[in-house]
Amino acid sequence: MIPGRDRIAERLAAVGYVADRDLATALWLMDYLKRPLLLEGEAGVGKTEVAKALAAVHQTELIRLQCYEGLDQNAALYEWNYQRQLLAIKAHEGAGESADAIEEHIFSEKYLLERPLLAAIRRDTPPVLLVDEVDRADEEFEAFLLEVLSDFQVSIPELGTVTARTIPRVVLTSNGTRELSDALRRRCLYHYVDFPDVEREAQIITTRLPHIDADLARQVARLVAAVRKEDLRKVPGVAETLDWAATLAGLEVHDLRQEPETVHETLICLLKTHEDRSRLTREVTDRLLGKVA
Amino acid sequence: MPPAETIGANMRRRLAGFARTLRDNGFAVGLAETRDALAILVSPAALQPALLQPALRALFCATRSDWERFDEIFAAYWQGRGMRRAQRTVGTPGASRSTTRHIADSVAAQPPQGVPDAVEQGDAQDGGNAADSHDRRSQAARSERLGATDLRYVVDPDEIAETHALAERLAHRMRARLVRREQARRRGRRLDLRRTIHRSISHGGTPIDLVWRRRKVKPLRLVVLLDGSGSMELYTAFFVRFLHGVVDAFRESEAFVFHTRLAHVSASLRDRDVARAVDRLSLMAQGIGGGTRIGECLATFNRWHAKRVINARTAVMIVSDGYDTGAPERLGEEMGRLRRRCRRIIWLNPLIGWRDYAPEARGMQAALPHVDLFAPAHNLESLAALEPYLARI
Repeated sequence: MIPGRDRIAERLAAVGYVADRDLATALWLMDYLKRPLLLEGEAGVGKTEVAKALAAVHQTELIRLQCYEGLDQNAALYEWNYQRQLLAIKAHEGAGESADAIEEHIFSEKYLLERPLLAAIRRDTPPVLLVDEVDRADEEFEAFLLEVLSDFQVSIPELGTVTARTIPRVVLTSNGTRELSDALRRRCLYHYVDFPDVEREAQIITTRLPHIDADLARQVARLVAAVRKEDLRKVPGVAETLDWAATLAGLEVHDLRQEPETVHETLICLLKTHEDRSRLTREVTDRLLGKVA
Repeated sequence: MPPAETIGANMRRRLAGFARTLRDNGFAVGLAETRDALAILVSPAALQPALLQPALRALFCATRSDWERFDEIFAAYWQGRGMRRAQRTVGTPGASRSTTRHIADSVAAQPPQGVPDAVEQGDAQDGGNAADSHDRRSQAARSERLGATDLRYVVDPDEIAETHALAERLAHRMRARLVRREQARRRGRRLDLRRTIHRSISHGGTPIDLVWRRRKVKPLRLVVLLDGSGSMELYTAFFVRFLHGVVDAFRESEAFVFHTRLAHVSASLRDRDVARAVDRLSLMAQGIGGGTRIGECLATFNRWHAKRVINARTAVMIVSDGYDTGAPERLGEEMGRLRRRCRRIIWLNPLIGWRDYAPEARGMQAALPHVDLFAPAHNLESLAALEPYLARI
């Protein structure tokens, strides 16, 4: 047994994230090889949660960079605090200082606004940097990100080069709405996050909702797995499962088979489009319930 | 990390072999990966084969398809032996090119069958690439179902080459037009205060250079679905050329060919060698017999590809005559689904150019309500007429 890997799995469980063994290996490897980890998978399988749990495990800060179309360096890296700079100029002009001195002053640390990427490399303890939905950012940004991730240094023209104090643990997530570049893929370790199997999902439910009945948790996990096999437009994720389990527990359902009515009515927790809702008719629900039993 | 020297030479050779095997299977494995793999081998993970596999998988894989194939290759290499040849992907350029050539040659060697006409005679002297178009045309001539009206393209080989070149140029021009439009819009409506203040710092705070904020205009993404069925045979070669021009010119474009199945062909189209790309594509476009199932192909597209290739500024161009052997309801349903995802659907139907054509095919009827532009595409002018429309999207 690798102590490192098992410890990570255990510690992840302790902070409420039930990881499969492969993911634990990938996380251990991430520390060992100091490489970023790229997580891919359907929406709702818990990719973002991995980063949160990792930060909790290492008891460190989670710095999150949410990517979107049009994200640029200013929003991701750093920006000058222009308003303060202007005020400073006015104030120093009154005091009769030389232009050079003013310039020196206004382009100093004090006026620099840290954005996630810069923040991540300037911490004393290595934080977890989550680059969320990297596929949404433009290709230009991806190339820039790659540069930061391989050198861990950033150059600010007015200030000079900022080298990383500590190397952050980097987790990237992607929903596959756009193909990522090969260069970025090669830089990262890769893990494909799938929907958890019944066993693990039941475990997730009981970890997150400690008061729930273990039998109910298993039934819910089994029914959700069956629902996922139906031809749906939006496959329910783990978060939806948890919502539903919490709802059922709140309604004091103990056995799904006993209360098909409630099950059918509360399925709105899982199905988020009209089309899916109308596809899962009462008959389908009953059929799925029959399978679960 | 412990030094890699502690590993025996034999093990290192095995690992290098594994990296090579992966590379042969299309994995992007470089020196850095091999070095890190060595580091894994000297780590505690190496003591347990059950852990080694997931560790190496996380390291070597870069895409989901890698992820799914890794276990098999791993098992074949470390537990079995000599699987490398068998694992080679069928679709690799090397393999497919040779088959294409082979088929094209054999077709060229065949004496023309059926009723010989001007087309076939004019073509028989040409070798190489013409062999392919020759093949298409002779088949087309044999199947008389389309009638002779549109054959004016294919009378003379020189003319054919010219038409194809024109089609490519047209595709490039469309791109140029779209780009110009984008630049014309680059005049802001609103003041960008933040940047204006930044600029004004050098003037002591007096805003002299104004910076404007403008909407970022991203180029249109074009997804083309080309019907490669028998009834479209006359036009396929021509449209494949057009597609090649489009995929080459648009920075974001994807192309699919469908008949009974749907095939993603962008990668083959990006080949700089037009003749080779067209060769390869014509092979893919050949149906396995049976009619076109547009509805089902669209369903496949919606389910597996749409999420990746379609966004809110995507125009989908379907090139088909609308003869669908599947259920028209299915086609209508899938068209509706596609319509909700993309910006515009353009349906190009070569038959519109024919005299007395009315879209009576049931599939076409079902699809029409979801189509934004239903346009002819039987000659170059009709394609050129499309350009202003695309620029306006």
